[in-house]
Amino acid sequence: MALWLYVARRLAVLVPTLFFVSVLIFSLQQLLPGDAAVALAGEEHDPAVVAAIRARYHLDRPIPVQYGLWLGRVLRGDFGESLRNRIPVRELLASKLPVTVELAACSMAIALLIGIPAGIVSAVRKGTSVDVVANLLALSGLSVPHFWLGIMLILLFAVRLGWLPASGYVPPWEDLRQNLTTILLPSFVLGTGVAGVMMRHTRSAMLQTLGADYVRTARAKSVPERLVVLKHALRNALIPIITLGAIEFGRLLSGAVLTEQVFAIPGFGKLLVDGVFNRDYAVVQAVVLVSASLYVLLNLGADVLYFLANPRLRGSA
Amino acid sequence: MNAILTALIALLLLLPCPARAQSVLRIGLNDDPDALDPTISRAYTGRLVFAALCDKLFDVTPDLKIVPQLAASYEWAADRKSIVIKLRPGVRFQDGEPFNAEAVRFNIERHQNTPGSFRKSEIGEIQSVDVVNDLTVRFNLSQPLVPLLAALTDRAGMMVSPKAARALGDKLGTQPVCAGPYRFVQRVAQGKIVVERVADYWDRASFSIDRIEFVPITDSSSRLASLRSGDLQMIERVSPTDLGEIRADPKVKVVGVPELGYQMIPLNIANGAKSKTLADVRLRQAIDLAIDRETLVKTVFAGEYIAGNQFVSPASPFYDAKVPVGKRDVARAKQLLREAGQPSLTFTLVVPPERDRQEAALILQAMLAEAGITMTIQSQENVTMLQAGRRGDFEAYFTFWSGRPDPDGNVYSFTTCKGAQNDSHYCNADVDALLTKARHVADLGERKKLYDQATEIMQRDVPRLILWHRRVFTGFSAKVQGFTPYPDGIIRFRGLRLN
Repeated sequence: MALWLYVARRLAVLVPTLFFVSVLIFSLQQLLPGDAAVALAGEEHDPAVVAAIRARYHLDRPIPVQYGLWLGRVLRGDFGESLRNRIPVRELLASKLPVTVELAACSMAIALLIGIPAGIVSAVRKGTSVDVVANLLALSGLSVPHFWLGIMLILLFAVRLGWLPASGYVPPWEDLRQNLTTILLPSFVLGTGVAGVMMRHTRSAMLQTLGADYVRTARAKSVPERLVVLKHALRNALIPIITLGAIEFGRLLSGAVLTEQVFAIPGFGKLLVDGVFNRDYAVVQAVVLVSASLYVLLNLGADVLYFLANPRLRGSA
Repeated sequence: MNAILTALIALLLLLPCPARAQSVLRIGLNDDPDALDPTISRAYTGRLVFAALCDKLFDVTPDLKIVPQLAASYEWAADRKSIVIKLRPGVRFQDGEPFNAEAVRFNIERHQNTPGSFRKSEIGEIQSVDVVNDLTVRFNLSQPLVPLLAALTDRAGMMVSPKAARALGDKLGTQPVCAGPYRFVQRVAQGKIVVERVADYWDRASFSIDRIEFVPITDSSSRLASLRSGDLQMIERVSPTDLGEIRADPKVKVVGVPELGYQMIPLNIANGAKSKTLADVRLRQAIDLAIDRETLVKTVFAGEYIAGNQFVSPASPFYDAKVPVGKRDVARAKQLLREAGQPSLTFTLVVPPERDRQEAALILQAMLAEAGITMTIQSQENVTMLQAGRRGDFEAYFTFWSGRPDPDGNVYSFTTCKGAQNDSHYCNADVDALLTKARHVADLGERKKLYDQATEIMQRDVPRLILWHRRVFTGFSAKVQGFTPYPDGIIRFRGLRLN
């Protein structure tokens, strides 16, 4: 089957998926305890004020009507405005997306730089002390809570040594050096978590391919060990790693809530959490919808890569 | 080689001296403020930013006296149904527009007529605004209301540029233009809010910091680490659990003042079916007597907060010293329960899932148990709890009031028969009369007498249990000089310096 047909079919499935996601977000929001209008009114108990808020944001209309109004606007590219600070949600998304993309990309780069070489080394040196140490590090990366590691790193590098800023974010176009110093610690925290997963998967995929017949044949043909590992084994082992990488990258893009909170990075995760706490429905709906779309598109991207990397799929997909 | 070196040194010497570095103050906020429009702003954190951006007609002093800010002076009419305010001359908004009586009228009408205004109810008694001359206005009120001045020390008294407000409409909050010492520069939602000093501000000499950045950091450990590392120079509302760490670090300081508000448990007296349990005053008195407020504060807050029993803290000039925080009396509590025919009273306290109040509820439960009272604790999300409170679907719930500079704002709507926030449905004609009269009297001494009488009645009636007052702690770098704490927790920038 041609690649374009495959992509078109997948994109067609995307529409009902996103529709289902939008219905799900909308319904789940209605389950949040407490009335949004009362939450927005804060200490103000005047029923007239609460009623005015309810009318302004159509919270007095039946839920299906609210959904219809919202969907209609979203299809025209209008996500409404934040109930809390009156900033158009489109602007909020546009200002957060580059931050989240940068954080996700840097974290992913760190994860790949650590995870894949560690996975290869520990597969090649299976059972040795190198393997044990790599496994231990991977497990620590997976199991150490992000917020704890974040605070420990802040205390060490910002408070004690004073090398890096403790929190905040500076966009690269304002000051590249400061941007890199602010993004380093949060990327490291997120990256080490993902590196653990990548290392474990690379290791098991490599162990499988290293034991395969064609690797034995390559070795029998006196192919140098470096080439056996990197060309014959790794290339085939990469297929599941690509899929995993795309899933992990999608997860990072949907916002790293705790890490963003600890380092005060104004990204998607922080936007979402603040939106939920403030009952800022418009923001929550938009963030979840955009994150879900990104996630689905990244999965599609992974499938395309998979499709390209594995010729056998082309006949059957 | 030497020639090159000499040339380099000469070049370095010839380089122009850098201009005096801009002084930048970075303040960590506990959360991201909402809209920066005084009319529709609701969140507390927004007030910290407004302190830089928007001057008000009046301000309060650290000991809560009301003083003119954009106003120059004021005079109440004899019947207290109107007030004439003279305005400070020579003041301009940050867009160069003049600040005058027309601008004041525009702002008051904007507060009252903007859909979704949170100020409408605060100044609802202003019926009309007369422009007497360019720098004099008269507010005509529907009823005598001396506490109106206190409302004008907060967002209701903030003045925005009419020209900017007309141009931006309900988007003014995205680019506020006021008459304060700092102008709005930039806002990155959840990232930072930047303001810079206005060159032609009327009192420019009192403000030495060039630029202020407000940075919302919700995680308290991270906020504190940023202060200690020097990324931030000030942080607001420091948690009592972080005080030890700050005090141990010589590079940072912390000061605290009693807050304006209080933590309280309203008791349902006459609001719907659930009011039967605690309708008998003897039962409410028994609960009150079984609580040891000092121990509560020592146990849960390591003594950093202040035990309280009135709608103002013991530090306020309006505190009634004749009825101080009472001693616990379990025997008397038991006796009252027996007299009321309920020696083993049982009731439910609704508590939101928040650390301070959850822990305090557990201590209260143990204290009440010693008097034979069974208090069941039910956790409920905050907004749901408040809604249930309004409906009367509660016996007791644990909430707080952030407080107002005038005592009227701390008591009137909670304890008058038709008060908007009187969820208990407490109604005592004497209290109503005293609190209403206090709204008509301008003399502080006379007002205090009226509040004292009302306090003494409410101490007997126990419509709600007021338990403690927090302290507002502000943390700051040792480089920050000239900081004066205010009970409202808002940082004033006048006189603040960075070394």
